[in-house]
Amino acid sequence: MSREDVLVSADWAEQHLGQPGIVFVEVDEDTTAYDKGHIPGAVKLDWKTELQDPVRRDFVDKAGFEALLSAKGIGNDDTVVLYGGNNNWFAAYAYWYFKLYGHRDVKLLDGGRKKWELDSRELTEDTVQRPATQYTAQEQDTSIRAFRDEVIAAIGQQNLVDVRSPDEFAGRLFAPAHLPQEASQRAGHIPTALNVPWSKAANEDGTFKSDDELRALYTEAGLDTSKDTIAYCRIGERSSHTWFALHELLGEPNVKNYDGSWTEYGSLVGVPIEKSS
Amino acid sequence: MCGAPVQEEQLDRTLPASVDPATASIIQGRVVRDGEPVAAAYVRLLDASGEFTAEVVSSATGVFRFFASPGRWTVRALAPGASGSADLDAGLGFTETQVEIA
Repeated sequence: MSREDVLVSADWAEQHLGQPGIVFVEVDEDTTAYDKGHIPGAVKLDWKTELQDPVRRDFVDKAGFEALLSAKGIGNDDTVVLYGGNNNWFAAYAYWYFKLYGHRDVKLLDGGRKKWELDSRELTEDTVQRPATQYTAQEQDTSIRAFRDEVIAAIGQQNLVDVRSPDEFAGRLFAPAHLPQEASQRAGHIPTALNVPWSKAANEDGTFKSDDELRALYTEAGLDTSKDTIAYCRIGERSSHTWFALHELLGEPNVKNYDGSWTEYGSLVGVPIEKSS
Repeated sequence: MCGAPVQEEQLDRTLPASVDPATASIIQGRVVRDGEPVAAAYVRLLDASGEFTAEVVSSATGVFRFFASPGRWTVRALAPGASGSADLDAGLGFTETQVEIA
């Protein structure tokens, strides 16, 4: 697998708009951006209301994912190109989520919505309707999803990569600084975790850095590629971005995303936490 | 909830109930180009080491707001064909700045 198989440029996307067999999907937590203008032909996916179970803290199950994709008009053989705001955080999360349920051909639009807008490319308010499909998902591939017990077992044993900002890692902030700070759990990080903010993997326009730059970044941060890796952030979307860089772009074999992330770990009773001074 | 919230139209000092200006640093302001507010600019907050901390999209009137901690910060704004940044020292409570882009 190479970079071109998983990451497409805005130019490539523009040249493939409307092509049968390619479905553009905008993913965000707040879909009002989509409603005000989206890439022509793109369908929208709501990270919160469509990808999360409405009651339990977990994903929609296999049947739920099948129903969702069928209703969106996405077929098993379609190439899905994901993009979104927030530097593709939620699009990267959806990419990982599509892989979790075994979708074969998924790509991320490099730079997402930001790069598209900064290039002044076309956005439309047109309603997009695709004929329903009969989508069949696979059982979850838990080789890419970490749960809390494996995270605790990984302390001092595997690479733990905390991709939040340095202030969140240190325990000075509970959440990214564009959000009101919530103090509902403990602040800090998992002991032995490296802090490699997700943003170091991206350029200012939201595109990913080159493979050479990415490899240098993680090597200099102390990532031991002979060991398995678990990435985490606060709710698992920024760490999907890093999971994508490590697993999909650099081809590191055993990388998991811990979607429970700090909102789970920082609320567990009795687990070790480190803070930086 | 982790996505960027919609930014306010007015530059005022009304805060969400969960935010206490006695314990938080609220960094807010406007993005302007040739004296005019810039809507839909990508505004990011960088820490003292230049590391990304957060990003929002400016409102129709160019307004942005971050919830941070006291310290040295840089606000950087990107729009099609233009960019700019402003450095500031934030204490507790409100710090306001204007980011000129060209």
